Amino acid sequence: MPDAPGLELIAQRINEEVPGAVTETAHDHGRATLVVDPEKVLGALGWLRETDGQRYTFLSSLHAADYLPAVPRFAVHYELLNRDRVERVHVKALLPDPGAGNGNGDSALPEIDSCVEMFPTADFQEREVYDMFGIVFRGHPDMRRILMPEDYVGWPQRRDFPVGGEPVIFTHNEPELPHWYE
Amino acid sequence: MTPDGTLNRAAPTQSGVQPEIEDPSLGLVRQAETEVRPPDVDLDLEPEQELLTINMGPHHPATHGVLRLIVTLQGEQVIDLKPVIGYVHTGIEKSCEQHSYWKVIPFVERMDYLGYFFNMEAYCGCVESLLALEIPPRAKWLRTLHMELNRIHSHLVWLGTSALDLGAISMFWYCFRERDRILDLFEMSAGQRMHTRYFQVGGVFEDIPVGFEQKVKEFCAEMPDRISQYEALLDQNEIFLRRTKGIGIVPRERLLELGVTGPLLRAAGEPWDLRKATDYLAYPELDFNIPVGTVGDGYDRYRCRVAEMRESVRMIEQCIDGLPEGPWIADDRKIVLPPRDELSTSMEALIHHFKLVTEGFRVPPGELYHSIEGPRGELGCFIVADGSAKPGRVHFRDSSFVNLQAFREMSVGGYVADLIQNLAMLDPILGGIDR
Repeated sequence: MPDAPGLELIAQRINEEVPGAVTETAHDHGRATLVVDPEKVLGALGWLRETDGQRYTFLSSLHAADYLPAVPRFAVHYELLNRDRVERVHVKALLPDPGAGNGNGDSALPEIDSCVEMFPTADFQEREVYDMFGIVFRGHPDMRRILMPEDYVGWPQRRDFPVGGEPVIFTHNEPELPHWYE
Repeated sequence: MTPDGTLNRAAPTQSGVQPEIEDPSLGLVRQAETEVRPPDVDLDLEPEQELLTINMGPHHPATHGVLRLIVTLQGEQVIDLKPVIGYVHTGIEKSCEQHSYWKVIPFVERMDYLGYFFNMEAYCGCVESLLALEIPPRAKWLRTLHMELNRIHSHLVWLGTSALDLGAISMFWYCFRERDRILDLFEMSAGQRMHTRYFQVGGVFEDIPVGFEQKVKEFCAEMPDRISQYEALLDQNEIFLRRTKGIGIVPRERLLELGVTGPLLRAAGEPWDLRKATDYLAYPELDFNIPVGTVGDGYDRYRCRVAEMRESVRMIEQCIDGLPEGPWIADDRKIVLPPRDELSTSMEALIHHFKLVTEGFRVPPGELYHSIEGPRGELGCFIVADGSAKPGRVHFRDSSFVNLQAFREMSVGGYVADLIQNLAMLDPILGGIDR
């Protein structure tokens, strides 16, 4: 993990290369975080991956989180790793919710560029994020649901998606659920 | 597909002749002629040879769970492959958000159901880092001990079932015999054979009982001989060798691009192991080697895992010998349950107990990705804490989920029988993939 001055230096150099890419840096729990503009996330990731002296070539994990009621609401997290120096950098792209909607899938979805070209490992993980949060990755070769059924409606990991369930039929409650078999 | 394990290396079927499907579970789905893209390998086949798309699974014994594979075949060779997952998706990550931190532990254990101690460690370690809670040395060593036992357990299940896929049924019984001894040890220390919930935030649930060390030592004394016996059964078995050697090779650079970690990556010659690279628990103080392969074929993957079992036995012995005395759980009453005997004498302990059991402890706001080396590679846990007693988000970077992406490249261009071998050597745990 780069130390705090090193992180500032990285942020400054990314901003020289891609103006306005890094909006914030944070250093907590022994981890360096770069908060980046979602429109310029590929520029920041590409810089961290390609620049000599950085070479964060391994994407450990890509995941998302819903910070409802915070604004912007979503974040896509990239956990980058340099395996030679065993250094990790956490890149976080904050995404506003364009629909501010009902979470039922019919409102506009937040979008971000896909990094599959750069990190092929992100393929399944971006699909999972799409499946669970409804965040669309532009340029992903196969943007479909991966864990939920393909005809599923809704984005189950969003905070405003209720924990539901299907009623289980027993003898005692069968009359309460008419036509359950249909 | 030869369920009895005989070699199936016949030349590709002649033009126009469809391969005979012996296994009834490999239902014929449809014959695609135009949808499938042309092969990117030189198969030297007649141009009019038909492509056949078959569906393997989700309930196929060789898929190690409920994995469905849509396989496009030309004769007996795999042209394309698409894994379909999600059949055991149970929304564990969503459920975790509904429960207080200490109640989440049994949930995460059930993700990768062969590596429950690793899941617990990834989760508890993450919460402890968010709390900035230091765990006592004895807890660290006990955790390391149990995780290495768990690693052997996981590899034994892998070895038994993989050999079974290749037709060696006796391996299954031998591996499960030793696995049962490990489960006996877990039962002795934690009270449960599987899904023990032994790790707590702050340490471990209970100290090991009297006689546990002796039992572990007996196990460690016997295990190297057992591993030698497995090797004697497989290493000179011509069927096993010819089905694994030179099969499923993916270059090391490509594996890294695909994010593959663990024995799969090490078999390709990359000595990457988070136990060495990062220092967590008692690993910095243990003396162990990282087995690496050279070619990265199925045989190397097998050799790597078997060698890892030997290293784990060495680590367990060192853990037993070096186990420090002292408390096994941190002494922070705001996070850790007070000892049971204090409840009847101390009002304060009773209050703490009540608060912890009813509400749980609060974690200050923050978010953290914490990763450890699981039996299948990097196992990461990402937690968003929002300051309440329930996590805002729990995400597991499951190594099987990421490793599965390499499966297509391993198998395309090979035979169907090699596909089964590749899947066996990939060691996917569908509970972890689907979560």
